[in-house]
Amino acid sequence: MAASSFFVDLDQIFIILRDWIVGFLPVALRPAAGVVLSVIAIVAVFPGLFALTTVFERKGLARIQNRLGPNRVGPFGFFQPIADGIKSLTKEDIVPFSANAAVHFLAPLVLVVTVFMGFAVLPMGRNMVLVDMDAGLLFFFAMGAATELSVFMAGWSSRNKYSLLGAMRAVAQMISYEVVLLLSSVAVVMISGSLSLPKIVAAQNQYTGWFPHWYIFTPWGLAGFIMYAIAATAETNRSPFDLPEGESELVAGYHTEYSGFKFALFFLGEYLAMFSISGLGTTLFLGGWSAPLSLLTWVPSWIWFFGKMMMSIFVFIWMRGTLPRLRQDQLMNFAWKFALPFTLLNLMVTALWRFMGEGWARWVVCTAILAVAYVVMARVGSREEHFGRRSYRYAE
Amino acid sequence: MTPVFYLLAALTLAGGLAAVLLKHLVHCALAVTVAFAGLALLFLQLDAQFAGFAQILVYIGAVAILIVFAILLTRGSELPKDGVFSRTWFVGLVIAAGVFAVLGWAVLESVSAIPEQSAVPQVTVHDIGVALVGRYVLPLEIVALLLTAATIGAVIVAMHEKVRPK
Repeated sequence: MAASSFFVDLDQIFIILRDWIVGFLPVALRPAAGVVLSVIAIVAVFPGLFALTTVFERKGLARIQNRLGPNRVGPFGFFQPIADGIKSLTKEDIVPFSANAAVHFLAPLVLVVTVFMGFAVLPMGRNMVLVDMDAGLLFFFAMGAATELSVFMAGWSSRNKYSLLGAMRAVAQMISYEVVLLLSSVAVVMISGSLSLPKIVAAQNQYTGWFPHWYIFTPWGLAGFIMYAIAATAETNRSPFDLPEGESELVAGYHTEYSGFKFALFFLGEYLAMFSISGLGTTLFLGGWSAPLSLLTWVPSWIWFFGKMMMSIFVFIWMRGTLPRLRQDQLMNFAWKFALPFTLLNLMVTALWRFMGEGWARWVVCTAILAVAYVVMARVGSREEHFGRRSYRYAE
Repeated sequence: MTPVFYLLAALTLAGGLAAVLLKHLVHCALAVTVAFAGLALLFLQLDAQFAGFAQILVYIGAVAILIVFAILLTRGSELPKDGVFSRTWFVGLVIAAGVFAVLGWAVLESVSAIPEQSAVPQVTVHDIGVALVGRYVLPLEIVALLLTAATIGAVIVAMHEKVRPK
């Protein structure tokens, strides 16, 4: 009995800690102080994870490319982010002569603030959500939409053709894939019947035998998750969708003209966007903070949330080391001709799943529809693209 | 009427005025975004979460981006030499005042049409969804049809440009 209460306490350790600290304050200040503490925790934890992720990414990419990666600062180069942080803080802040100074200054701030806002509605463990909003999912996407504007502001205000081209590419790509991102999430809302993220997690936190009711283990959920993952990769401008930052064509895209701490803010914003979008994917499809087997429910819930989120980050890094960059027309064709129709079909299938009721029939029917549609669309799509043997002009 | 309301109203009005008075088109677009954000915050201050977030998602995420794209694609971001203010600004003022008067009249009328409501109504997203596909399904479908027609029209307009230089 003592052991189980220990694990319950460990599960709620951050809540207990917060309440303990808040307990020192007068009663009138307590609710506000609790919120402030939670915000401080979010603002401290995620940039810390960002620092860890940068070094893991550089190490991982180096491993994929058969290099060593950073290995000079600290043991195995693990203090590299500290050196990078000091470097970016002490570097000169250069604003181009003809840049639009006010907008140039505001862009990184808008990006980081809106990205941080997204974390407010993510349930990071049992009872660990900053604001349990009735329309939490909508809030998350609203904040995501606001980041697009900051990308445009950065690219336009720099008065640099590479910045502007990068920003236009980024915004066009983000708008296209945002539709897919939203529609693939709508499937989850249709089944769980709520836009509140804690409720969506609660709906998945049930077990049949050992196995959880995560949405990824249903036909529509798997299709939705794959579409969500693709759209999330494009939304965060990660490889293979990193055309906005294609260094061989655009120097660095929309943040070409940023240096020093403002550049670091952009870097931070991009990684935080990755964390938040992975966290949302975890919440929607991978059961949020719930354990993968009913035997493992004693493990603290926040370990599962952060573990799943970091696994997604690992996949992001893996893809970056593996896949080549897409061309602009391939990117747009893929979004509008394959991903969007398939996601719309997935919505229909989800509705079918909802109204066919319990039983094995809906598994067969939904899987068959999605599989046939996938194969047909892929065949027709690749026929239009005329894939064949690569022909060289001069090399043969 | 709380201090928060006055702050948000000031922000919204400042954004709107800046959108009209600034000379640079992209600055105007960004100022309009500030006005949109102020409106969204006003909705949130009234406990209308759905309306507030939809305002941010649609107006900041889509409409503002669209305005900015239109400005950049039409080369309108360069400053014209003979000023940006139209000579017939008073016509615009009259139209704006007319629209404002109609809206104000409708709002003031609705106060007497609806009986006194003391309690703040609790409207969840669920209720809005049920209302949209229940009572208001016909207007919703009409709007959907209109938007589809507009999309097809936009595609046709864009296609025409491409075919011309044969």
